[in-house]
Amino acid sequence: MTETFYEVLRRQGITRRSFLKFCSLTATSLGLGSAAVPRIAHAMETKPRTPVIWLHGLECTCCTESFIRSSHPLTKDVVLSMLSLDYHDTLMAAAGHQAEAIIEEVKKKYKGNYIVAVEGNPPLNEDGMFCIQGGRPFIEKLKETCADAKAVISWGACASYGCVQAAKPNPTRATPVHKVITGKPIINVPGCPPIAEVMTGVVTYMLTFDRIPELDRQGRPKMFYGQRIHDKCYRRGHFDAGQFAEAWDDEGSRKGYCLYKMGCKGPTTYNACSSMRWNGGVSWPVQSGHGCIGCSEEGFWDKGSFYDRVTDIKAFGVEANADTIGQAAAGTVGAAIAAHAAVTALARARQKAGETEEQKGEK
Amino acid sequence: MLSQQDMLEAERHGKQVRSIYVYEAPVRLWHWINALAMVVLAVTGYFIGKPLPTMPGEASDNFLMGYIRFAHFASAYIFAIGLLGRIYWAFVGNHHAKQIFKLPITNPQWWSEVFFELRWYLFLEKTPKKYVGHNPMAQLMMFFFFTVLAVGMVFTGFALYSEGTGLGSWQDSLFGWVIPALGGSMQVHNLHRLGMWIMMTFAMVHVYAAIREDIMSRQSLISTMISGWRMFKD
Repeated sequence: MTETFYEVLRRQGITRRSFLKFCSLTATSLGLGSAAVPRIAHAMETKPRTPVIWLHGLECTCCTESFIRSSHPLTKDVVLSMLSLDYHDTLMAAAGHQAEAIIEEVKKKYKGNYIVAVEGNPPLNEDGMFCIQGGRPFIEKLKETCADAKAVISWGACASYGCVQAAKPNPTRATPVHKVITGKPIINVPGCPPIAEVMTGVVTYMLTFDRIPELDRQGRPKMFYGQRIHDKCYRRGHFDAGQFAEAWDDEGSRKGYCLYKMGCKGPTTYNACSSMRWNGGVSWPVQSGHGCIGCSEEGFWDKGSFYDRVTDIKAFGVEANADTIGQAAAGTVGAAIAAHAAVTALARARQKAGETEEQKGEK
Repeated sequence: MLSQQDMLEAERHGKQVRSIYVYEAPVRLWHWINALAMVVLAVTGYFIGKPLPTMPGEASDNFLMGYIRFAHFASAYIFAIGLLGRIYWAFVGNHHAKQIFKLPITNPQWWSEVFFELRWYLFLEKTPKKYVGHNPMAQLMMFFFFTVLAVGMVFTGFALYSEGTGLGSWQDSLFGWVIPALGGSMQVHNLHRLGMWIMMTFAMVHVYAAIREDIMSRQSLISTMISGWRMFKD
């Protein structure tokens, strides 16, 4: 039996008072209210720590970079210490065979009771040769590690949707985790990277309540991905008023008007940026004057320009936006109608003339 | 094509039949309300995607985008509820009320008349045929460019609307699945806008064809949608 979270914390010299403070903070950040505080405390006092294996596939490590910068000091310290992060390429001290042996050990010792967090995704082309770890394709390692896991967390846009390596034409056939791992609960935590506090929030929730958070249709935790950036944006008032920045250096831009016309993807992006913000609440893209690029949406690299509101549709070999296609269609049909009307009038006039001729002839 | 029933009726009356009651009151009322809703939807929808120039003054003094969106959502409800009412009427109304909902695709005679109408529109036929309801060509167009498209617009539209009403709302429960199914919110926005353009393009054809047929063919069209009676001119 491993230690409980509480035992670990006490061993590290954290007072009970600090521990309870952390429990309140966690309850608040998860939006659970004060009634959940004793439940969290109780869970942490009694439950053994759940080991976490953190794998890296095709990725850029921005998820890890984000995660270790979780700004709530307590959250960071406590999550990193209470989380039995047994395997993490970037953070662990072990290397080589010793490192790989850890996975085997965790798999055996905690069969069906550990969590696999995946950063990045497996490429499937050429038998997975585009991502080799420990001398074999990552896809093999991923499948083996997930086989006995309790749940799988897909960190970031890579693991959730494929991200840049899966953008067209996707030469390595990078594939999101939920398309290769089946039969396990999978939590998608998209974003490039996801917000640090969202990541720690998801882990804390799972470790505390021993279950996965409520997910939406796309497998994302509802508590962080239930609303669009636009719904909670502090510039929303300017949107409703019809006040927009129309160029990066215009009056509206300086006044902090809505960036909708500059192609902000806030209205089509589900994430917590506008409420939790980044870097410890210092700022976030829209606050710094640039529209959202929609990095937590599926295939955001292939959805047209980051700077257009009505973006290009790529289908049937055509690449144009709805307005271009629509105006061309309406224009063509309009011209066709005019031509058709002209021919009709002409035919009718000729027919009438013919009829009068006939009538004359009859006389 | 004169339907069986109408033909019998016409035979019974001999050549005296100059007019037939086609469109019942609910269908006519729906037609015009729906037309108005479509115009409002297209105009406001256009400005939702490509907003008007920025408003001067304080944000608290303006609510332009809000009003435009309100008009869009309000007319969308009218459009959707109207469509439901129209579907209901297809069941309880006369047989002309069913025309835009089902195509007699297994009937070769119908297909040959579709091509006859096509030839008529291409000036390859000298005299048009008489129809009590829609001519087969019009029926075909109406089915795809109105009925099918309108259902698509309602589904994509309510899916987008559910993004605002939030997870768990009835709009989300009924239509929320459309968004991941079509590849994300941005994609649905784009398709919804493309749908608007297709519908407006079809509206142009519809208005033109109605006016043209009213003049050229041997029956009334525009006044039929007002009075309900189709008058035959010869």
